[in-house]
Amino acid sequence: MDPKIDVRTESSSMPSSIRTKEGDQWNSKPVSYKMYSKSAQIRLVSSHPEVYEPCDDSFALVDALLADRTNLLEHHPSLCMEVGCGSGYVITSLAIMLGQEVAGVHYIATDINPHAVQVTSETLKAHGVHAEVISTDIASGLERRLSGIVDVMVVNPPYVPTPEDEVGRDGITSAWAGGENGRRVIDRILPIADKLLSDRGWLYMVMLAANNPSQICLAMREKGYASRIIVQRSTEEESLHVVKFWRDSDIQVGAREPTTTSRTTSTTVMESLFSQFPRLAFWRNDNNSY
Amino acid sequence: MRLLTHNMLSCNIKGVTNGFPLRLEVEKFVEKEVDFSAEFLRNIFPKIEWKALVDAARSMGYAELPDEADSSMLDSDDFLKKFHHALLELHLEEGALICPETGRRFPVNKGIPNMLLHEDEV
Repeated sequence: MDPKIDVRTESSSMPSSIRTKEGDQWNSKPVSYKMYSKSAQIRLVSSHPEVYEPCDDSFALVDALLADRTNLLEHHPSLCMEVGCGSGYVITSLAIMLGQEVAGVHYIATDINPHAVQVTSETLKAHGVHAEVISTDIASGLERRLSGIVDVMVVNPPYVPTPEDEVGRDGITSAWAGGENGRRVIDRILPIADKLLSDRGWLYMVMLAANNPSQICLAMREKGYASRIIVQRSTEEESLHVVKFWRDSDIQVGAREPTTTSRTTSTTVMESLFSQFPRLAFWRNDNNSY
Repeated sequence: MRLLTHNMLSCNIKGVTNGFPLRLEVEKFVEKEVDFSAEFLRNIFPKIEWKALVDAARSMGYAELPDEADSSMLDSDDFLKKFHHALLELHLEEGALICPETGRRFPVNKGIPNMLLHEDEV
């Protein structure tokens, strides 16, 4: 998530298999590209010098949503929300991949960067989809009334470990500066996500090995969430994970547990997490290198 | 900004206890057709502060909503159509949202409300 890295080429947004498919059918039966498109197109994504452009982490998040698309369609969300929408690539992709088959889904996107909400708005418009865009810090102003009604939340947070004083700066810095272990903003978002998500709410979040995903999963487990890695991708610079969280009624909420049993609980949790994600060991080792 | 969004926004200034509903200051509004989904309306109805929606719609000149509503009305197509129109098809393009307690003005430009606070408000 280094802003100096060049944005990926156009081909990332349009897999060659899809292009071929469209080309094959074009002669026999005129169909619009949109029918085959399941995500936003890079050429239609708007931009601004102070707005983070779609990059590896954005693509990983959209790929995770695409990988989980069948479940999302069955889940039939009423309200989907993106926190930190940036260029609008992700919320637009979500609206496109669900929009064609599910009627009556409402989308909300927020960003603390005023340029970003403008760019997101343009990107949505260019794709002919709609989301309500709000300029705010995470979900400030929405927390009271939106509490418990968000069915799907997607977040590509500022996760890059940086000096603390880079957190909360204006402009594009807000898209990546994450403070110590890259966790400053993530740790603010998680309790808000917990508050806004409905009983059947799902959260998809991008994180780095350096953010200590296993610790994040454990913390969410204490709030009653199960979790799973949907996408894992290593680039030269970073090891990206997209983790899905969902409320699991079988998980006892940590806060309600007497202190004496918490050790047993967390041991069980760790065993279950390690059996579920063999990569957790890798996360822990990797942390030392950051 | 749809009136559904207006219905979900409160003043977020620290210490404000009565920050809902925000009063609408309408400079420009537009009507945009939205695909009708009775299921969405039925799902969202229990979450809507009805009076806030009625007043917001009236500030845009739409006075078709009944003063009071209950879930039995969701069986009426006529009611659902009006609910749909007010909730999703009326957009505030330019104007502001005014905190009922402090009078703080949150501008809405190009349909985007700006809820960002000044340092002394957080």
